[in-house]
Amino acid sequence: MEALTAVKPLKPLKPRGKSDKFWRTLFQQKYLYLMSIPFVIWVFVFNYIPIWGWTMAFQRYRPGKSFMKQEWVGLDNFRELFHDERFYMALKNTLAMSFMGLFAGFTIPILFALLLNELRRQMFKRIVQTVSYLPHFVSWVVVAGIINKMMSIDGGINGLLMNLHIIAEPIQFLAKADWFWGIVTASDVWKETGWNSIIYLAAMTGIDPELYEAARVDGAARIRQMWHITLPGIRTTIIILLIMSIGNLINIGFEKQFLLSNPIVADKAETLDLYALNYGLQLGRYSFGTAINIFNSVVAVILLFTANTIFKRTSKESIM
Amino acid sequence: MNRQSRAINASRSDKIFDIVNCSFMTLAFVITLYPFLNVLAISLNDSMDTVKGGIYLWPRKWTWANYDAIFSFRGLITGFKISFLRTFVGTLLGLLSSSMLAFVLSRSDFQARKLVSTFLVMTMYVSGGLIPGFILVRHLGMMNSFWVYVLPGMVSAWNVFIIRSFIDGLPSALQESAKLDGANDFTIYWRVILPLCKPVLATVALFLAVGQWNSWFDTFLYNSMARHLTTLQYELMKVLQSTQIGSNDIHDPNMSQLMNRISPESVKMAITIVVTVPILIVYPFLQRYFVKGMTLGAVKS
Repeated sequence: MEALTAVKPLKPLKPRGKSDKFWRTLFQQKYLYLMSIPFVIWVFVFNYIPIWGWTMAFQRYRPGKSFMKQEWVGLDNFRELFHDERFYMALKNTLAMSFMGLFAGFTIPILFALLLNELRRQMFKRIVQTVSYLPHFVSWVVVAGIINKMMSIDGGINGLLMNLHIIAEPIQFLAKADWFWGIVTASDVWKETGWNSIIYLAAMTGIDPELYEAARVDGAARIRQMWHITLPGIRTTIIILLIMSIGNLINIGFEKQFLLSNPIVADKAETLDLYALNYGLQLGRYSFGTAINIFNSVVAVILLFTANTIFKRTSKESIM
Repeated sequence: MNRQSRAINASRSDKIFDIVNCSFMTLAFVITLYPFLNVLAISLNDSMDTVKGGIYLWPRKWTWANYDAIFSFRGLITGFKISFLRTFVGTLLGLLSSSMLAFVLSRSDFQARKLVSTFLVMTMYVSGGLIPGFILVRHLGMMNSFWVYVLPGMVSAWNVFIIRSFIDGLPSALQESAKLDGANDFTIYWRVILPLCKPVLATVALFLAVGQWNSWFDTFLYNSMARHLTTLQYELMKVLQSTQIGSNDIHDPNMSQLMNRISPESVKMAITIVVTVPILIVYPFLQRYFVKGMTLGAVKS
């Protein structure tokens, strides 16, 4: 403490020395600078300049004109957006599929991990686990093709349902608009459940085995052990992943919807991103499309912060 | 109820639980695997015969004709080449850039560390979105070029932080002794750090490669006019879209010729297999790495 106060008054006397030191370190670390500056520039170009592009939403952007020559229109694009019926439809679709995806994509992997963790035969466990990751690695294009095949008139699902005499006539699942949300959610679950359970399974290996030992001595059945030991043991992981998925709630994108939809179900399939693609980019209405992008990002950030605050208050855990 | 009888009760309910659980997991196994096997069976079945339906796990009339047919289709050969090339180049560039940045950011003595780190973290939370990105690519003159596949997504903050947390776990004495031997920072990175990072690099390489191999949207958005730059996923996407309910147009004359030779169903299934097999080949080798990497990333974030 004394040494600190003794040194302090010296500081303003030697400003030159400090900047000398700065340049000397800079020179010493020249390789570190050389190794990072190109990528910093790269990040600036590909990640920061597009954010600058948000100004387009407040202009009537015409390609080919310079930035200064663009016509500024204030909030006109947003006004147009909020008066468009398709926007509300897209918003509804986005929220519906997001919440369904959040609910299913959050609970089912936990359940799957819990059950997988209880398998006694290690060989069987490993085989099931390995196969369960597999769909994560194939593209959405392939998955859409597979789902299309399985849900077609002569596909596996109709075959199964007819053999079980649940339905008499095959159903054209993908032509039923009301089923589209469910189909997207189910495909997502099929593709990602195994992958998303990895983190939970890893967290479960960190649980103290003595807890199970004690529970067994007390005669607790396996289901009770799962409920009272395994589940609380992975609580932190669950909360972190929940907050992260809430932040991504509105960013469900358009890939699945683009690939799985067809003209018949279009009204149920159009998410905000798809709406920006179809009614912004592909029609050359760049400013309008950017307004949709901005709306999307702002809502996502608000959701993330809200979720984080709520969890901070209730459980003293947060990710930021 | 005394402790012993409770234990017996528990063991009986445990047995029931085991049976239910095993059958449940078997069901999950079948649901995951069956569609792939079904697609494979159809792709190996005679296309005229497939139309009659009823192909499940095994082809009825074995044939390679579907594969012969799709490989006579020019777009597919180009797609194969481009997909391989972008996977190779994209993975290599991504690995180099992420590991280099990770190394720099792992150096606690680096002056600009905090600045660069924050600069990078920000990109994880905000992104410009589809249209500003599109305009940027057009301004940079990367429309209809190969570079649009590998450059815009080259550095990902996520990968950088995964590698960095691995480097942080390495003993710092290694770097210090290399420095005493007169090695400069680049040599330390190249000769000391990089070889030690093999496990985490394998993980990141897997993520990068799968991402490159699987993407189709950049082709759709930027290169749909450039015939010589189409990727495999994009070709498959076109086939799927053109045979969907409610849309009956096949723009590509070569493709419609192909569809006349063998049924659209068989075309789709055979291409699906061709697109999926490379992933299935590398998958078992890399499995132990990605589980590790996934956990590492999750713990650190």
